Amino acid sequence: MKGLLKNPLFVPVICLGLVLLFNLLTNPGFFEISIKRNNVGNWILAGNLISVLNNASELVILAIGMTLITSASGGQDISVGACVAIAGGVILKILASKTGAPVPVAVALGCLVAMAFGAFNGILVSIFNIQPMVATLILFTAGRPISSWITGGLSPRITNSVLDAVGNVIAGVPVPTPIFIAAFCVAFTFLVLRFTNLGLYAQSVGVSDKAARLVGLSPRWVKFIQFVIMGLCVGLVAFIKVSRVGSIQYNYIAKDIEMDAILAVALGGNSLSGGRFSMTGSIIGAYTIQAITTTLLANSVPSDALPAYKAIVIILLVVIQSPAIKAFWARRFGASRPGRLADGPGATGPGVQAIAGGTAGGPAGAVAGTAAGNGRVEVAG
Amino acid sequence: MSELTVQNGAKRREPTSDTTSLLIITVAIFLAMYVTAAVLFSDKGFAKPQMFFNLLNENAALIIISCGLSIVMIAGGIDISVGGMTALISVACVVHLNDMEGSGFLTSLLLALGIGLAFGLLQGYLVAYLDIQPFIVTLAGMFFARGQAAMIDTQTRTVVNESFQSFAQMRIRLPIGSINNNGVFVQAYMELGVVIALAVVAALFVLLRWTNFGRGLYAVGGNKHSALMLGVNVKRTKFLSHVLCGLLTGLGGFVFLLHVRSGAVTHAAGYEMDAIAASIIGGTMLTGGVGNIIGTFIGVLTKGAIGNIVRAMGLVGSWWPGITLAAMLCFFLILQSVITSRKRTA
Repeated sequence: MKGLLKNPLFVPVICLGLVLLFNLLTNPGFFEISIKRNNVGNWILAGNLISVLNNASELVILAIGMTLITSASGGQDISVGACVAIAGGVILKILASKTGAPVPVAVALGCLVAMAFGAFNGILVSIFNIQPMVATLILFTAGRPISSWITGGLSPRITNSVLDAVGNVIAGVPVPTPIFIAAFCVAFTFLVLRFTNLGLYAQSVGVSDKAARLVGLSPRWVKFIQFVIMGLCVGLVAFIKVSRVGSIQYNYIAKDIEMDAILAVALGGNSLSGGRFSMTGSIIGAYTIQAITTTLLANSVPSDALPAYKAIVIILLVVIQSPAIKAFWARRFGASRPGRLADGPGATGPGVQAIAGGTAGGPAGAVAGTAAGNGRVEVAG
Repeated sequence: MSELTVQNGAKRREPTSDTTSLLIITVAIFLAMYVTAAVLFSDKGFAKPQMFFNLLNENAALIIISCGLSIVMIAGGIDISVGGMTALISVACVVHLNDMEGSGFLTSLLLALGIGLAFGLLQGYLVAYLDIQPFIVTLAGMFFARGQAAMIDTQTRTVVNESFQSFAQMRIRLPIGSINNNGVFVQAYMELGVVIALAVVAALFVLLRWTNFGRGLYAVGGNKHSALMLGVNVKRTKFLSHVLCGLLTGLGGFVFLLHVRSGAVTHAAGYEMDAIAASIIGGTMLTGGVGNIIGTFIGVLTKGAIGNIVRAMGLVGSWWPGITLAAMLCFFLILQSVITSRKRTA
């Protein structure tokens, strides 16, 4: 029982379970999946569950980037929605122009632009030491204006068979394509986390900037890279968003998605002040949020009122995770190590000790020490 | 607050605190911008006093809200729920005023303050006593306020209350003015909200400078461990900073309603970011402990003036004000960062 409670996936799985249980009790029709013919004549799966999976695609991709940024920098990127608008504007502008550039070129350029803006955020955070939320406030303010500047305030509509296949369904495949893109991104992320040190470095820097420096990591580079990765995620999301309708509305595209992405990270049981992370948790968190949204919409809650419910979920989650409440439970039920719980930022722990212990043995030993320290945590599910 | 930084600059000839140096830069930039605009675009009325007072009329609510936010930021926190709260207050007050017919000016003011106070108390408690990150708490507050506003009413409604309208249309004539095209002297005017905003700025200036609570805010924001050792009640100070910000947002929301005279969920979109930008431009540091109410006031005016100047320059695209504001924000953030790192190495 105790091991179960300590599992990082406990919170996200329970949350998802609660949402599904709520639906099972109030509206069993929520789980119905039917197969229909769409207006072009393709067979597609339809139903609330499919729409949850489909609409969560963007959120899942952004949650990957947001988890890495949160882990390494201890802050969040609030400019992602605005950057999606920029990248979407670039893709749309290129496709609508008379150059006849193929879709992959437009998408590559869109991703490059998004990565450049990510790098801008990264420079502010890593070199100028500005808190991430504040540094990204600049693009949060400027992003949508820049997008409308790029498109000249117009939203041309593009009909393109490739875009249609990406945003909706490929002929002959009954499952919406964005689900596959999200699944591919998730799989790719897990491979990267499994076979590179990206996740390990991010966690070391997030746990302690100074300790990571002492073992020979460059906190600046590690933080910077996360923001560039986020740029790539943003570019992909912009591609999906543009493909879905063949156009963008720069003032409304991906509106408030940054808040959902942050919520996904929090819901995934990750500390928002950085350090250890569980990528699986964040991804389950992203699907949970989309499930909440779809559930509320299915229960005819007006879409403007959705945020109020999300707010209650956020508050409940953070209150449960807050140090004061944790200390209270520890006192109440006499947890084995009350000192660790009462000691403020709980994100430190084995990692720091391992790094501190390893420093004496030189950089190589120290990195091994970090690995050992974090090895106890589930890095990548 | 030179007392707090005196040990850092003790050996220099002129110890200027961060608060002062950032304030000087802000005021200099605002004056330079405004005077240049007045000279270059005198044909567009920039030199007329009314242009300046219109800036105040437009931004009275933002001044009050930014001041509240500055207080939270000086204490080392942040509050992004102010925009949502303003929208909620506008919707709630309009519904109340339209029910009351003829009376209800005071009760709607109380309603606005009450909503602000409720948010301030709850958010303050969660941040100060439960030790939750202020960004997350107020993010939830923002969501909650906007969602609640949508639950009350999703339509845009205009106030049809006479007593309220008479206050809203009140214009305070000033002895200065300009001569219009027909050669008639026209007095410049202010709205009621501007008077309230100026009073708030003056009161907060005194509060921050000469009261224990005000100095406690700087101490907590600067370094909460040393503040604790100096005997400042850190948790209570943080709590009160959020309560004060909530109350000021309540007042600011009411002033906002006085200016726009309607209520809608979409009102005050991006106000939280405008207020944060104004505070930063005004020299409030996000790391806490540094800031000035006068700076915030100038920050709001700078933000408003950018919009006017960009329009006067003939850049008609709706995107220019946003981009210029962001560029300015970027400049000030890097400036703050440079000042902080210079201090660390010195």
